[in-house]
Amino acid sequence: MALVLAPEPPVAGWFQALDAQIARAPSFFDARPVIVDLAALPREQPDVAGLIQALAERGIRIIGTEGAHPNWHDVAKWGGPILTNGKGRPVEVPEQPPAAPAEPVPPVAEPAAAEPAAASLVIAQTVRSGQSVVHESGDVTVIGSVSSGAEILAGGSIHIYGSLRGRAIAGLGGSRQARIFCNKLHAELLAIEGVYKTADDMDPKLHGRSIQAWLDGERMSIAAMD
Amino acid sequence: MAEVVVVTSGKGGVGKTTSTAALGAALAQGGENVVVVDFDVGLRNLDLIMGAERRVVFDLINVVQGDAKLHQALIRDKRLENLSLMPASQTRDKEALTEAGVARVIEEMREKFDWIICDSPAGIERGATLAMRHADRAVVVTNPEVSSVRDSDRIIGLLDSKTAKAEKGQRLSKHLLLTRYDPVRAQRGEMLKTEDVLEILSIPLLGIIPESQDVLRASNLGAPVTINSPASVAARAYAEAAKRLRGETVEVSLPAERPSFFGKLFGRRAVA
Repeated sequence: MALVLAPEPPVAGWFQALDAQIARAPSFFDARPVIVDLAALPREQPDVAGLIQALAERGIRIIGTEGAHPNWHDVAKWGGPILTNGKGRPVEVPEQPPAAPAEPVPPVAEPAAAEPAAASLVIAQTVRSGQSVVHESGDVTVIGSVSSGAEILAGGSIHIYGSLRGRAIAGLGGSRQARIFCNKLHAELLAIEGVYKTADDMDPKLHGRSIQAWLDGERMSIAAMD
Repeated sequence: MAEVVVVTSGKGGVGKTTSTAALGAALAQGGENVVVVDFDVGLRNLDLIMGAERRVVFDLINVVQGDAKLHQALIRDKRLENLSLMPASQTRDKEALTEAGVARVIEEMREKFDWIICDSPAGIERGATLAMRHADRAVVVTNPEVSSVRDSDRIIGLLDSKTAKAEKGQRLSKHLLLTRYDPVRAQRGEMLKTEDVLEILSIPLLGIIPESQDVLRASNLGAPVTINSPASVAARAYAEAAKRLRGETVEVSLPAERPSFFGKLFGRRAVA
């Protein structure tokens, strides 16, 4: 699975949107491979090197570029392998539909791998502030609370039999079916397959309630279960 | 069987050193053989609170590095003969503490004392991790404030993963000591409620110590509050906490001092 980032002119504005996204979800790009789609950049004198460097400064791990115009030289030098056939068109990457973000807010995760095999992880204690549980394939169940400043990242769904005060990020592998369940909602952030909500975006009426969150099209829905 | 207790919090200024001195003295008053160990190398304070700052010759670093024997560095309290202090070095930094050296010193102390109370520095770096490294138990000192609670939570996570006990797959028992509790502010809802702190941290409560002038006065006089003014509310709360640490069942009472005549007077004036 790789994320496709498609910078659009004006690049400065696009980076502002990216920074806003990173500020809301600082660990979003952690350990996630990223492909940069250069197709939208202007044909004449694009500052690809500067762009790649600016992405690297944000800790984004670039595994390749695609969509570079054949007239541009030294693309390989800028950002790893070129995933194009040299004619400016992307080489067919299996199960990797071309990313076409409608708005400048960039990350759109597209699964390249099959659905992860479900191997669940059970944690029978409170996940404390500063701890990060990453389970890339399958569900995570916490019998206890997730503290403020702690995070759970799961390939599948997340079940918390306690208070969720930190972050829960489900559907890491691109599973749109993933859901988040918790006994008491005090979360800093909920995310499913790249779609996220911060505490400010959540209905205050749901505060402290038992809830589930799921993807409803491109939006995340949260509903009380008590 | 010696017990190694680390007094820790993550956050600074919550009352670790004061609590180390008060609990150590209370345990000693109960007849136990106690040493209080200052792990805050470079910013030592425990010697001041214990009133032994002019008696420091050798310190923990000297013993850890093998330049002095344990008994040369230990300072016996003048008021309680079964209470000793192991001072930290003020001129060195935490890098001077070696893992093997600390392990050896703690082992040596286990043979001499019933209780080894380690005063951890603030933070989560080397000094703090070495102070908790060999602990059998932890006293997590927390103020009823969100920042203190979150830092304590972080420390509990480290206690469960970075200590020798945790690495052996054993569980280190943890106790919550709620300090600087202000009954008046609590009543006004300006502090976190005790039950909220307990719910977030989910470890058993060792005691609630009220914010008190007696504690400040005792610290400045160089005496643990349990020695200086044993009848004060704070000292009684520490003494009860020490009893619970020894395994006695003592009910936790919320320190709600009756407002004094002056308190009432000022309170009314403030309203008018």
